[in-house]
Order: sequence, then C-alpha cells, then structure tokens
Amino acid sequence: MNNEFNLKKIDDYRWEIPKSEGMRVPGRLYADERMLKVVEKDRTPLQVKNVAYLPGIVKYSLAMPDMHWGYGFCIGGVAATDPEKGGVISPGGIGFDINCGVRLVRTNLTYPDIRSNIRKLLTALFSRIPCGVGSTSNLKLSSSEISEVLKEGAKWAVKKGFGLEEDLERTEENGAMLGANPEKVSQRAYKRGNNQLGTLGSGNHFLEIDEVEKIYDARVANTFGLFQGQIAVIIHTGSRGLGYQVCDDYLAQMRHSVEKYNISLPDRQLSCAPLTSSEGKDYFSAMAGAANYAWANRQMIMHWTREVFKKVLNLSPKELGMRLVYDVCHNIGKFEQHTINGKTKTVFVHRKGATRAFPAYHPRVPEPYQEVGQPVLVPGDMGTNSYVMVGTKLAMEETWGSTCHGAGRVMSRTQAKKVAKGRAIERELSDKGILIMAKGRGTIAEEMPEAYKDIDQVVNIVDKAGLSKKVAKLRPIAVIKG
Amino acid sequence: MKAYEFINHTADLGIRVRGNSLKQLFERAGWAMFDILVELKGVKLKETVEIEIEGEQIDELLADWLRELLYKFNGEGYLFKEFEVKKLDKEGLKAKVKGEKLDLSHHQLKTEIKAVTYHGLEVKKKKDSWETQVIFDV
Repeated sequence: MNNEFNLKKIDDYRWEIPKSEGMRVPGRLYADERMLKVVEKDRTPLQVKNVAYLPGIVKYSLAMPDMHWGYGFCIGGVAATDPEKGGVISPGGIGFDINCGVRLVRTNLTYPDIRSNIRKLLTALFSRIPCGVGSTSNLKLSSSEISEVLKEGAKWAVKKGFGLEEDLERTEENGAMLGANPEKVSQRAYKRGNNQLGTLGSGNHFLEIDEVEKIYDARVANTFGLFQGQIAVIIHTGSRGLGYQVCDDYLAQMRHSVEKYNISLPDRQLSCAPLTSSEGKDYFSAMAGAANYAWANRQMIMHWTREVFKKVLNLSPKELGMRLVYDVCHNIGKFEQHTINGKTKTVFVHRKGATRAFPAYHPRVPEPYQEVGQPVLVPGDMGTNSYVMVGTKLAMEETWGSTCHGAGRVMSRTQAKKVAKGRAIERELSDKGILIMAKGRGTIAEEMPEAYKDIDQVVNIVDKAGLSKKVAKLRPIAVIKG
Repeated sequence: MKAYEFINHTADLGIRVRGNSLKQLFERAGWAMFDILVELKGVKLKETVEIEIEGEQIDELLADWLRELLYKFNGEGYLFKEFEVKKLDKEGLKAKVKGEKLDLSHHQLKTEIKAVTYHGLEVKKKKDSWETQVIFDV
C-alpha cells in the first residue's frame, strides 16, 4: 500500500486518517484491506479528508465500506455537525436525490406460489409503475397538492388511499419529516414535481421481486416477519426531479454563503451554511419537504405493487400478507440526539449514501421492532443479492447510528458499457434465474453486476465491525429498471 | 477537434470539452449535455429560446449556463441542438438556442442527468483554445 493518505490501521475493519492541515477532525474509514485497496485507487480518502474541513464537524469524518468517489462528500460518507459550534448543513452532503431510499415489503408467499406467474407479475408491474428517463405519472398534481405532499409525505399518500395507516409506523420518520416548509421550495422544483409522483425514475433505481435465500438471525427475522423461501419486494427510488431541483437551487445559493460566513473549503461541491443561519434553515425546510415527497413516492409505488400482486395472483390482501417491513432513506440530513462524552446533544447528521441503523429500545425504532432494533435495508444491484440487517448500539456510539447503504460502484457507467459490449447481459441474468425488464437501452449494461462492489463483502465488513448485524439475504428473481 | 469526450468518474458522468474560443466552449458544452440526454438526430429546429445569465466568475457561469439548459429540459420539456452564444463577458451571457419540445413518439432519451455538479469544475485557457471539465450527477 503506498499510503498516500497516511492511513493508520486501528483494527481489521477500521482505518484512521489523522488530522492534517485544514481538517477539523480525523477521518475514519470502515473497510478491510482488500476493500481499502479499491477505495485508495479511486482516491475516496481524499473526499473523506475534505469533509473534515466542514465547520462544526464532530468527532470524525466517516466513510462506510461501500464508499466510493462521489463529488463533495464521497458516497458512503457520514458527518455530524454541532449547531451550537457553528456547525453547517451542506446540500452536497445529502445529495441531489434527497431521500433516495429503499422499502421492503414482505409477503405470505413462497417461490412455488408465484413460479408460473413471475413473467406475468413482472410485465404487470412494468406497465403499472412508470419508469425510465423522465418518466411521468398519469397523476398530475396542483400546486396546493404538492404543498400538502411536501408537508405530509407518506401520510398524504395514505390519506388519498395509497396504502394503509400501519405502513406509516414502519417508515423512517413515519414517512413525514418535521420542519418541512413548502414556501422554501422553488417554483422550478414544483414544476418538476407535478407529474413525477409515483414514478421510479432511472439509473440505479429499481423495483424487484426477491426470494429470502438465507436467514442469519431467526429471532430478528421473525420479528421483521421474514422467513426462508419467502417472496418479498424491494422498491428503490427517491424524490425525483423535485429533489434534484431543491439541491441544485440551494447549492447555487450556498456558493455565496461560503463567502458570507467566511468558510474555507477544498471543494465547491461542499458548499454549506451554518445550521442557525437563514440560508441553512431555508435549505433544511426545503430538503425536509423533498424527503417527504420521496416517502409519498415510495408509498404509492408500493400500493400499486400490492394491487398488481392481488390482481395477477388473484389472492386477497390477507392471503398475500404484503406488509411493509420498513422504509429507510440513505441520502438525508437530520437533527438527532446523540451521546458525546457522556452528554446527550442534538447534532445534525448528514448521510450521503448511508443508512440509519438505530439499536433496540431506541425511541425512534417502531414499536413492533423495539426489542430487536431498526431494520436496515441494503439493496444490491440487479442480479446481486440484497440484505436485511439490524441496527446496533455500537453504531450509535461510533457512526451516529449509521451503516452502509448498498454495494457501491467500482466501474463508471462508460466503463461498464465497454465491458458489457458484445455481451447479452440480459441473457446472462436470465441464465441465473433473474428476469429483467428495463426502459432504457443502456441501463442494463451500465448497471451490470460487475459495475458494483461485491455486496457480500460490504455487508460482511459492517457486520464484523458491528455497525449492523446480518438478518437475511435476498436473491433477486425479477427486476424492473428505468 | 472532437466536441467532447468522456472522463472516467466512478459514480457519475464526466465530460471534457474543448473550444477555439470561450463562446465555442460554452456552445459545445451545451451541445454535449444534450447529446448525452437524447438522440440528437431526431431533434428538429422548430423553436428558438433566448437565455440570459448574470455572473462574473467564468466557471460558475458555465455551470449556471448548463443548469439553466438542463432546467429548460427537465422543467419545460425543451430539447436543444443548436447553441449560439451571442455575448459572453464580465457581466454574464446571452445566447440563442434552438430545438423543439420533447415528444416521446419521436425522441429517444438516453441518459437521465440529475444535475450539474461543481465538483472539479474548471475552465482553463490553453495556448490557443479553451478547455473545461464538468461532472454530471446521473
């Protein structure tokens, strides 16, 4: 290892970047030696260092093992800032796709129950759920309806008949983050949001039918309603154009805040403003609104998924048992209570490609999961496994209750396309028993499994490091992509 | 001179653009973005839209130009394929762009661009040309 970043080994899964010029805190990476070689090559530690420049950052600039080179923050980056010590909020530390996230729906079904209907299910889902570049919904929202969505999130969707009241308690923040202010969301964002609610989008977003292939912890799996051989559905999408526009608007604004508040940063994409400033507060209120839009989006897509299953399989909701296990966000910023040096404090936690992983008995963990901890959903890419994990006390102590969010890319999209050239990726997947339908021509190549890190390795690192524990492994059977 | 080339960026999509003048650099950057978004062959020159952006700093002006064009697509449904920068100075930019509104029965969309980032954004003067690189979040 050439050790350009002066990485110090703490143990097999923890590495520290000592504080150096400009850094306010050290950096900490969760990785094993093999993973470290990959991330050093794409220079991710440099971005971990850059984040350590943020005013008011507390303890560490953190990176989860699915870390990879992003812009501003690395993907897999976690940082908490202290509002009382000039702590900042950085739109780039949350990402363009505000509240990109995942929800997992369980069923009472096993593979034999759907075997003869898989293609039918996939086709019906593909035609029911708008996906692809610039996908739009049949639903056109008025400005006042968008304002309601921004304030109420998944609650709005349930109120309108998309799903059940009980879905809300199994959604992070109950599907509606407090503090959202629609007035802080631009007209441009409104315009982009008026016909995209209930759409999947493109890129790495997907809807997938899975089979629970393996259970690691029977007690926790049972509490989550999961069992071996079970059919489940994963939905991965976010706040669509509305969220991208909110981030874009505020990043542009914050170019000036940096000067105004005399903040020195090594990368403009890290532009930020103090949490207590009007710029910081405005962005938070807009960001919370976009997060709520994303929760409404996933709620509606889940509702349509339930309808498709009901119709295609001709089973009652009771027979299907399609209950939401949980919904997590992995691009978000939140005020949370954490213990620092024995004292409880409110800090602002940025999670850019990282998932909240709260332990048992934490007040924010839904009542049915109080005794085991919060479900952590780690989606793979099409063709690779996904995992259900559970939050731990150690994550609370070390990473502001955060863990990994997925596999993380190793190949750029252009590289992936080159590697895929001349190969029939779709056929290769179907040989492995995975059906796929995609809107975009390039999507399947760009998102091919080899373009991502080995998710098994990522999950093993967080499990061994103790940031979350493996509960179940899911195998994809049928996927729709944008 | 090739209008643009891709640069490797793991998570996203980066391009390097060169131009004989600053104006041409801006025009080509706009063209490159729409070439990534859509199959430009199928786009007709039916409408002209005028764009005006204020700003002093050249690299931020380039980002703002691309952000504005991207919004015209995402928010208003415009696909552009001809770009003419009329004025580009210390106060900002004035341009005329031509294209038509998106119609999915004619146009083939390629890649969704979520946003233009400021990461690694730079506009450089070479000996007798200009060069920039821009990373898009896709």
